[in-house]
Amino acid sequence: MHSFDLSLEHITKVEGNASLNLKVIDGKVTDVKFAITEYKRFFTEAMKGKDIAAIPAHLSRICGTCSNAHIMCSIEACEDALNITPSAQTKLLRALTMHGLMIRDHALHLYLFSMPDIFGKDAFLDLDENNPIEHQLLHDGFDTKSAGNFLATLIAGRSVHATNPVIGGFLKFPEESETAEAISKLEAVRPAVLRLIEIFKNAPFHFDRQTKYMALVPEDSFGYINGNIITSHNEKYEEKDFRSHLEHTVLPYSQASAYTYNGEGYMVGALARINLAKDKLHPKTKESLKEVLNLFPATDIFYNNLAQAIEILHSVDESIDILSNNKFLAEPIMKGERKEGAVGIGVVEAPRGTLYHKVIIDVNGKIKEGEVVVPTGQNQINIERDIGVLVQSLIDGSTSLTVGKSEYADGSDMAKEKIAFEIEKLIRAYDPCMSCASHFLKVEWEEK
Amino acid sequence: MENTEDKPASAEATAGKVKIGWFSFSCCEDNTIVMTEVMNDHWQEWKKIFDFRHVRVLKSKNIFDEFDIAFVEGAIVSPDQEKQVKDIRNISKKLVAVGSCAVLGLPANQRNTFTPEQKESIDFLITRFGSLPEVKKLSDVVKVDVEIPGCPMSPTVFLEKVNSLISEFHA
Repeated sequence: MHSFDLSLEHITKVEGNASLNLKVIDGKVTDVKFAITEYKRFFTEAMKGKDIAAIPAHLSRICGTCSNAHIMCSIEACEDALNITPSAQTKLLRALTMHGLMIRDHALHLYLFSMPDIFGKDAFLDLDENNPIEHQLLHDGFDTKSAGNFLATLIAGRSVHATNPVIGGFLKFPEESETAEAISKLEAVRPAVLRLIEIFKNAPFHFDRQTKYMALVPEDSFGYINGNIITSHNEKYEEKDFRSHLEHTVLPYSQASAYTYNGEGYMVGALARINLAKDKLHPKTKESLKEVLNLFPATDIFYNNLAQAIEILHSVDESIDILSNNKFLAEPIMKGERKEGAVGIGVVEAPRGTLYHKVIIDVNGKIKEGEVVVPTGQNQINIERDIGVLVQSLIDGSTSLTVGKSEYADGSDMAKEKIAFEIEKLIRAYDPCMSCASHFLKVEWEEK
Repeated sequence: MENTEDKPASAEATAGKVKIGWFSFSCCEDNTIVMTEVMNDHWQEWKKIFDFRHVRVLKSKNIFDEFDIAFVEGAIVSPDQEKQVKDIRNISKKLVAVGSCAVLGLPANQRNTFTPEQKESIDFLITRFGSLPEVKKLSDVVKVDVEIPGCPMSPTVFLEKVNSLISEFHA
């Protein structure tokens, strides 16, 4: 049995920077360190002393691709602190903001990051335009991203660092002609999304593992903003409990904070959401995906890709529904009360999983303390553990990925290159976001 | 082992194309996302005229040899990053600073203006990860040819600057 070290200085086709160090001694994986190498930018320290009205836009800058989820979560936390209950129309516009984000962000991940692995290509743009299937997928990918981008821009002002949603409501409202255009674009990409689901249902990669799943699950229909935090072991936590059920863990080699639940790793994200709430998906989505939904609940991490594709379809169907059945009229921005020591909690489902925001303000509405818990920080320990199990199974020849035992076990450069490729595929299936994960300085809370 | 460098694409496939590098330092990578959204309407044209030589968000087999245009987003936070961006500068005909963190340093440099108490509270992290005492904007470290400000950059301004640079290379 051979011994070798493997270091990946950069993981490609993910959001942000991460690295990996892995040690194999006598054919056994003895050490795995998945490190998030983005430098901290100290957003929660920097928010101290700022006026609460500025906080959603400030925290949006934690992450470009997840920015609109941070805005939604921060607004929820700030409104909680200010005792504001949003209007019914505002809730619909926020739901649409999240749907636009999910369509755009999941499409980026599935087409540009993950699909090249399925087709044996290095990049999505390497798909062959002269091949009818690949030609179709190239157009599908950019058209679907574009539809999500259009929806997000129409409702939220921008698909990155949205300008329309603020504490207490929205600054602009879509015109009827604009919502009609959005409906038309969403209807046009629905067949593309069905093709996408078929691609990821039939993807040849599988990695089964047991873990706990956790997600914010609404009581009524599938969504990303309201509900209770539910686990795959039927435990339930309210949003107001913030992260009291999670244990913060320091990984000294990583710039990001990690979390455990009852001392163990767990998973958040699309796979957790579909596992826990597939029955709440839009009726049209369920009607189109009867057979596919039977695959869930699943323990195959690569089905996180399939779950994201399903969520795109749900967001398309739900958005068409909301846009078709509502007219949006100008509403004034709601004002709240600024009270000394008021605490606000926000919890939403960002594309990569459950996102928590907390603020404490003073009587003038200035921030005394803030805390943010992001999905990739929560998935970090699970990712690390899965990499260890994956590499061991490759070396042992106990996985469907293994073509021949010696192919992975001899410690040669070729073996290491193949192992590195399998690790990158696995990490990409989690769709980690390192920009989010390294944003903050851990705050020790002293509740008064 | 560096897995992101690989054999160059065939000379035939890249002949006559503008060699592009896209690099992200300390920031939220919003400009990368905007670039991928601009691509929705321009991918067919870009595929013909650009050799995406080193763009980690798009591909794994990246080549770090020479660039006609290197786009750089993010502020510079560590000695390693200083060296990397100088290396990029040395092999790039044009270096474009993209977005607020690259152009102004903000908001990645917000720790530069922390109070002494705040600085003390984060000092162990600055030391542990070998960060610079102060975060720098791109022009503090290298010569910048073109700036595209914004948080994120405006797609319209990005396209104007890109088209202008392409015209220069084709002149």
